[in-house]
Formats: sequence, C-alpha cells, structure tokens
Amino acid sequence: MKRSRWLLPLRYAVLVYLGLLVLLPVGTVFFRAFQHGLGTAWNAFTAPDALHALWLTLIVAAVAVPLNTAFGVGVSLILARHRFPGAWLLDALVDIPLAISPVVIGLGLILVYGKTGWFGNWLAGEGITVIFSVPGIVIASAAVSLPYVVREVLPVLQEIGTEQEQAARTLGARPLTVFRRITLPNIRRGLAYGVTLTTARVLGEFGAVAIVSGAIAGKTQTLTLFISNAFDNLEPESGYVGAVALCIAALLVLAALTLSDRNRDAWHGKVSA
Amino acid sequence: MQRNSFLKARRATAVGGLALAGLAFSALPAGASGGSVSLVAYSTPKPAYTALTAAFAKTKAGSGVTVSSSFGPSGTQATSVADGLPADVVNFSLSLDMDKVAKAGLVSSNWAKTPTKGMVTNSIVSFVVRPGNPKHITTWADLVKSGVSVITPNVFSSGSAKWNIMAAYGAELKLGKTPAQAQTYLGQLLHHTAAQPTSASAALQTFLSGQGDVLLDYEDDALYAKKQGEAVSIVTPPQTILIQNPIAVTKSASPAAKAFVAYLLSPAGQTVWGQQGYRPVLASVASKFNFPQPKTLFTIDSLGGWTSINKKFFDPETGIVAKVEQQLGVSTASG
Amino acid sequence: MSSVSPSVADLGLPGGEPSSAQHGGQGSGRRWGRRHPPSARPPALTAAGAVATKAAGPALAVTYLSLLVLLPLAALISNAFSGGWSVFWNAITAPQAVAALELTLAASAIVAVINSIAGMVIAWVLVRDDFRGKALVSAVIDLPFALPTVVAGLTLLALYGVDSPFHVNLAGTRLGIGAALLFVTLPFCVRSVQPVLAELDTEIEEAAASLGANQRQVLWRVVLPSIVPAVLAGAGLAFARAVGEFGSVVLISNNIPFKTLVASSYIYGLTQSDNLPQASAVSITLVAIALIILIAIGWVRRRFDIPETI
Repeated sequence: MKRSRWLLPLRYAVLVYLGLLVLLPVGTVFFRAFQHGLGTAWNAFTAPDALHALWLTLIVAAVAVPLNTAFGVGVSLILARHRFPGAWLLDALVDIPLAISPVVIGLGLILVYGKTGWFGNWLAGEGITVIFSVPGIVIASAAVSLPYVVREVLPVLQEIGTEQEQAARTLGARPLTVFRRITLPNIRRGLAYGVTLTTARVLGEFGAVAIVSGAIAGKTQTLTLFISNAFDNLEPESGYVGAVALCIAALLVLAALTLSDRNRDAWHGKVSA
Repeated sequence: MQRNSFLKARRATAVGGLALAGLAFSALPAGASGGSVSLVAYSTPKPAYTALTAAFAKTKAGSGVTVSSSFGPSGTQATSVADGLPADVVNFSLSLDMDKVAKAGLVSSNWAKTPTKGMVTNSIVSFVVRPGNPKHITTWADLVKSGVSVITPNVFSSGSAKWNIMAAYGAELKLGKTPAQAQTYLGQLLHHTAAQPTSASAALQTFLSGQGDVLLDYEDDALYAKKQGEAVSIVTPPQTILIQNPIAVTKSASPAAKAFVAYLLSPAGQTVWGQQGYRPVLASVASKFNFPQPKTLFTIDSLGGWTSINKKFFDPETGIVAKVEQQLGVSTASG
Repeated sequence: MSSVSPSVADLGLPGGEPSSAQHGGQGSGRRWGRRHPPSARPPALTAAGAVATKAAGPALAVTYLSLLVLLPLAALISNAFSGGWSVFWNAITAPQAVAALELTLAASAIVAVINSIAGMVIAWVLVRDDFRGKALVSAVIDLPFALPTVVAGLTLLALYGVDSPFHVNLAGTRLGIGAALLFVTLPFCVRSVQPVLAELDTEIEEAAASLGANQRQVLWRVVLPSIVPAVLAGAGLAFARAVGEFGSVVLISNNIPFKTLVASSYIYGLTQSDNLPQASAVSITLVAIALIILIAIGWVRRRFDIPETI
C-alpha cells in the first residue's frame, strides 16, 4: 500500500496524545512504586496481605475471563450469523453493565444474592455463600467485564462475512469443525484484544467488588481493595507497588496473546500487521 | 460453541498453575487455637487496630486469638453487616450506623447501655492547615473569610462530613447565633468549599495534593497524617463537637470477641488508643494524655441526637444541607 | 478476503486437498472431525441434536446474562419503586440529581466522540505504520484499564492538579472530568477499530487507487465505511463506560454539587447515606437513557453492515 504523506505527522500526533494521556500517568505509577528503591518495593509486594490479594485477584480473573470469553464468542456468533426478533435488544443489553456504575452493580448483586435478597433464603438453605465470599467477587467481576469480548469479536465477524463458512459447510464440514478451522482463526486478533480488555478490566475492578466482597483482609480483599486501603492509610508506596503488579499482570496477558498470534502467523509464513 | 482447544489447554495450564500456587498459599499457618474474631470497622482506625491487635495478642485473654478485619466507609460497612458480612465486633464512625445494624437484629438494641455509653473512642473536629498556618485560620469565622477555601467531604457519602457540618452548626449556636443564622453560616461555609470528596481519606488526599487552605477532619486522622510525615498543621477550633465512635459485639459473637472488646475498653487498651491519637473514653486514661482542650465542647445529643439531626439536615431532598446546596447551585450552576 | 485466514483446503475433508504447510500449533487437521462419520448416526438423533444445539446456545447466553446482569437490574428496578412512584419521581427530579445526570451524559457524549476519532487515528497508525517502539505503544494502551480507578484518579490529580508539573490545574473543573474519562475510555476506541482495520483487505484499496481514486476518496469510500461499525461499537462502549465511571473521575472533579458532581458519585452518596430506593431510581434512569443511546448506535451500526460481496 502506497505510504501516505500524512502518516508521519499522524504518528507524532498519536504519540503526543498517547504520551500525555496514557504513558505519562502509567509512567508516574511505575516511578512512584520504585521511588524508594527496589528493596522497599519488594517488601511491600511480599507482605502477606498483599500476596494474598494478588493471588485472589488472579484466581478471580482465571475464572471470570474464560466465562466471559465463552459467552462473548457465543453471543457474537448468534448476533452475527442469525437474524431473530429482539436481536437489537440483546445487542444493546450486552453493553448495559458498563453504563451501571460498579457500585450499583454491587448493590444489584446484593439485592439478588444477599442474605435478604431474592435468592438469599435458597442459597442459605443450600449452604452456598455468594456475597462476601469469593464466588460473589467472581460474579461481580464477570458482570462488569461482560461486553468486551462481544464488542471486539462481533465487528470482525460482521466484517469477514460468511462465505468461507458457507463453502466449508457445503463441503460437508460439521459446525464445530467450521468454527475451529475457519471462524476462530479469523477472529483471533479481535478475540485476543477482547480477552485482554476483559482481563485488564477484571484486574482493575474496584467499585462492585468493594461492595460484594466485604474486603476482609487476607480473605476477600482483592488487590484493588488492598491498594485503595493502602492509600487511605497514607501508605502510598504499598499502593503504587500493588498497582504496578496489576499493570504487569495485564501486560503479561497481552504479551501471551499477541505472541501466540505472531507465532501462528510466522508458522504460516505470513506477515503480521 | 467451544473455544479453540489450544487456547483451552493454555488456559487450563494457567488455572492449574494458579491453583497450585493457591494451595501453596493456603498451606500457610492457619489460625491458632485461641479463637477467632471478625472485626468490621470504619476505615480510619486501621493503623490503630494494627497496634491494638498486636498488644491484645500479648495479653492472656488474647494469646492465640486471630483477628481478621475489614475496613471501609462506615455506612457501607454497616450495610454490609446488615446484609450478612460475618462480624463479631463492629466499630463505626457514628451511632447512626450502629443503629442500622441493631435494626437488622445483629446487635442488641441495648448496645448503648454500657458504662461508656457504647463508645470506644472520642475525637473532635479539627482544622487541618498548611504548615505554619499561613492564612492564620483559628476560628470558624476565619473559614468564611474572603480568599479562604475549605475542603470537607460530601455529606451524603461520608460520616466525617456529617460530623464537620454539625460541628460548624453547633459552634455557631454556641457563639450565640440563632438557628437561622447558623444555617446562613452553613451556606457561607459550603460556598467556600472548593472540594467535597467522597470520604475523609479522599478529602485528606485532595488537601495533600495542594488544594484548599483548610481541611475539616477527625483529629485522630489529622494526627495520624502528621505522624506519617505529611506537611500539615493542626488547629483546634475554640468550639467544636465531640466525635464519639460506637463499638459493640454482635449477637453471635465468640467469647474471644467479647474479650477483645473488653480489652479495647480496658485501661491498657485505651492507652494504646491514646497513643494512636484517639481520645480515650476512660477519664482516668484520658487525663494521662495531652490532648488540646477546646473552650467549648458539645455533643451531638445536645443538638438533638443523630436520628433527628440526620432527617432534618441530611435528607437528600428535604434536608437543610440539600436546600442550602440547591440555593448555592442555582446561582453557580452556570459556572 | 483477509490475507491471514486459512483456506477451505485446510479442513482436511474428503474432496478437499489438505494443505500440509498451513497448519498451526493445534495439530494436523487430518486427525480432526472424523470420529463419528455423519452416515453412522440415526437421522432423528441428528435432527434433535441440531435443534438442541441451536437452542442451547442462545438459551445459555441469556441465562448467563440474566444471572449476572438482568436479575440484578430487575432487583434494582424493584427497589427503586419500593417506595412507590412518588419516591421514584422525587428522587430523579431532585435538583442535584438532574444536574448530575446532565453533566454526566454531556461529558460522556463529548468524550465518546473525541476518543472515537482519536481511536480511529491511533488504530490506523498502529496497523498501517511501522516504527521502533510500536509494540510498546500498543501494549500500554490497555493499561488505563488494569489500573484500579483510585490509582488512575490519584495519578491524574498528581499530573494535572494543583501541583502539576505542567502548571495546568484541571482539579475541580469539567475539563478535569473530561481528561479522566478520556483516560479510561481510550482502550475501547482503539481496540474496537484495530482488529477490523487489520483484517481489511488492502487489495480493494489498491484496486480503487489503481482505478484513479485519490487518497481521500479511497479513505472516504473504501476504508471508512468498513470501519464505521467498529468505530460506533467503540463509541458505544466508551459512552457507556464514561457514564458509569466513578473512581478515576471523582478525585480530580472535586465533587462539587451542581458543578462537577457526576451521576455515579451522586448515586454513591445516596447509597452511603442509606437512601437506597433513591440510589436505585437515579441509577436505572441513567441506565435507561444509556440503553436508548446504545440501541440507537446499534441501529446505525447495522445500517452500515456491508452485505456479503464477491
């Protein structure tokens, strides 16, 4: 493709925008985390409550993200490949969790799953605790990050069209095979971004989890709650170190997904964008 | 609709790895045999409780007891307990929140019928200013002088803010103003308020970020900030309100919890509170500390008690503060 | 079609030639899908299986959506009206509520528009340009998300508040709110457009150019229509997120009623002071308005849905 003469000034404009808006704030966080030396940062990171918070956050992500990925791919396929009455509503409903303030999502979850909530008695009877324990945190995290995979995968599905899939089906391939060998490779990039956004969102979730977890240190305190607590108690070093841990976790997820994408392209002998 | 098996395998490995890590972490030493206490408290006393639980562990009643704790905004914590958050000991910023928990049946409705009236610590509303007090802010009248900007949390989201507003209102009454004049003062105070962060800690962060000339805060919070090396000076207003923080054991509390609260109210425990910047409720211990004595100290009961005050002042639609904000807002909404 | 998609030949089906050079890490295609040859299964079972599979997907999706989102939403609606219509009405017409809603909706809309444009440009540079450090730039775009909102708020305050190293003071201003919202919604606008742009077949653009279209025409008539649905998807996400955003905005905004108090903070105040029905009322009003706007965006998106060609 012929190189546009606009590309260079555009690139600089983008770098300035990103620099001011993203790189600077994120850089400040990293700077402040290590401001007092690697040793202090390491001590803050390895405090028992901090480690437990990190572990809890990762476990929550490990459950919530695959759930939302499965849901996201499924709903994208439904919306992209089928027409049915109410599709427009499903499409809009998927975005709803974003418009509700996380605090209110937490409130809604308590109204449903809490002790005095709609399912409260049934849950208590079955001996299941949702609110103020880990399952509640998983549900809250999944709820707030619901839309991202759909919003990344659906446009790609709509863009690439169905002709390859149709051709494969006429050749006798079963739906599962079509999905695995045709659809999935096509949406891989969008899916990777969707999964990264979902993971990052789950890692950084605060408001809803603050409400449904009870923030019991060493038990239901996620890393974001731990960080918030640290700032409240005028221990910003711990707070920034925790924030850096979250950023690194998010970066690792993105790296893993992008690397797998690039490996696959290299294997196929194709140029990656 | 299954995911690609490669992604699935990778994810399974990740989950497996994390599960192993989780097992490793959970193998850390569990609680000792002395019993356990679930503490649910408002956010400010977290550092104090670190010292208190350590001291408690050294006593006979407290040896081997594990204390798990949850700190957060007082209102949220009370609601959480009412919604089922496990709690043996509850400690809130104001008695309104304790009443909420009592109404939910988790704490005895007689929680206030103790020698200390159900309270565990006292404090006062203080002015926090820049080092050296460059604007010479010493009285409530100074807060509304031209050029002075005030930071106080938002009254709807923060218990501390309610204490601040009632301190201001009560101070005006003590100065001989009528209720109507005191209300006018509140309007002026809010007009001078440059920021209304959601909580006391957020307000402190805002003040420390360089905004405002004076922050209205709990004295114990201000003392803690000073201890942490923050650049602040504390001014005790001549008239101010006595902040009283309630504590109680829940109906399902363990014997260890009762012992813990007994310790917090004992001379030894109250001494630790005092060292952490909280005014002890035990007079014998309070006299050992050198807390500044305001000329006039009044309580919320002298103003009518929290239940009626809350309705009269802080109802979001009909309360006095909402009306004052509205008057201010209508004139400044275009700004 | 996209240059990185596998071809039908990869399926390894009888009648198609398996291309040995084109299999990725998940194993040779020859071994897949042949455990139950279609001819071996009874027709009735196949039909029933087909129906079940067709219905299972949407049913599962709706159940998941319900458990996580729809039921809590219903509970909120029920809570909002628990005091009757008058409580609901007073709650959403309270002057502070109205001011907060107006501020939030306006700020979110403006931010969505700005970041949609910025996102398009950034995605373009990331996909079509190449320079050292591009991977790093691409990686950090997602970080505003992973940062807990409280950290984002504090950092923005440090950079653009009173003690700003740039000597700008956005604290307590609506610009400050805008900056915070731009920060947290940027990833959506970039990542929505990026994969679609990457999948675009440049052959069409080259064909158009070789037919005499100038750069602007190529952009306007070939590229833009293809990415508009994605841009709108990103704009919708950005708008919805901005409307509900709390932690990062609230610190730099200073939370002044009628001036910089956003809806999420007003709602938070109501929940903290035990005015739950009012909090629910304002919440679902906000959600309803956002829902209408999202539906409108969805409708426009579908109008741009390019029918399958060639």
